[in-house]
Amino acid sequence: MDVLVFFIAAAIVLTGAMGVVMARNPVHAALMLVMTLFGIAVLFVLQEAHFLAAVQVVVYAGAIVVLFLFVIMLLGVDVAEDVTVEPLVGQRTAALVISMGTLGLLSALVIRAAQLSLGMPSGTQPLDGEGGNLVQLARVLFTDYLFAFEATSVLLVIAVVGAVVLSNRTSSGASQ
Amino acid sequence: MNVDDSWYLLLGALLFTIGAYGLLVRRNPLVMFMCIELMLNAVNLTFVTFSRMLNDIGGQVVVFFVLVVAAAEVVVGLGILVSILRRRPSANVDDISALKG
Repeated sequence: MDVLVFFIAAAIVLTGAMGVVMARNPVHAALMLVMTLFGIAVLFVLQEAHFLAAVQVVVYAGAIVVLFLFVIMLLGVDVAEDVTVEPLVGQRTAALVISMGTLGLLSALVIRAAQLSLGMPSGTQPLDGEGGNLVQLARVLFTDYLFAFEATSVLLVIAVVGAVVLSNRTSSGASQ
Repeated sequence: MNVDDSWYLLLGALLFTIGAYGLLVRRNPLVMFMCIELMLNAVNLTFVTFSRMLNDIGGQVVVFFVLVVAAAEVVVGLGILVSILRRRPSANVDDISALKG
């Protein structure tokens, strides 16, 4: 059963990823991205990271992709890009070679790291402790990672202020 | 037959590679952003897999922070993109080669 779910989710993830790279229209690419994100959420559920699966759907598929679609529509750049023309001669070949090298190195790295680190003691808190996934995550987040958690709130405020400043046409025009 | 841990890791590596290839090849800045999201998701998948393999909740906490940072990154990145594309309406990063506005 798990194997079946894994392979279906993996097929969805890879199809969506290829779709993002291949799609000529940015709107299609955004919709393919949603597909990939849902596949990843299924894989999270399969690995019993239930809270992260929910957050993945709400934040990524809900907020971020909608933001992408908003910007595409706002700017009117939803014209099909001609992906058949290579702007730089040999660029695709070079990119393919680099990507394959990356794939080989990454695969070797993760497999080796998995072999080496297996059975090491838990650094923060074990997954099979008391409480559900959400309780464990919250306990660690608000004790060990409290400072980082507060720092992300500052980061989000900075991001909001930055976005407002960047998109405010009148004040930037007046200051020039 | 059970799902082997290395399958997840290989899927993450493959997803990261596809995202990196797209980032190198595509010319539309919005699609390039989406490729960055693909790479971030590949890393998230790897983190969750290692979290389960090593029986450690820390990996899932890191994924939580990655989600927050990705949201902030998209907001600021798209804000910059909107202000650039307002002046030069073209969906091609090659046209934005000069720093001078």
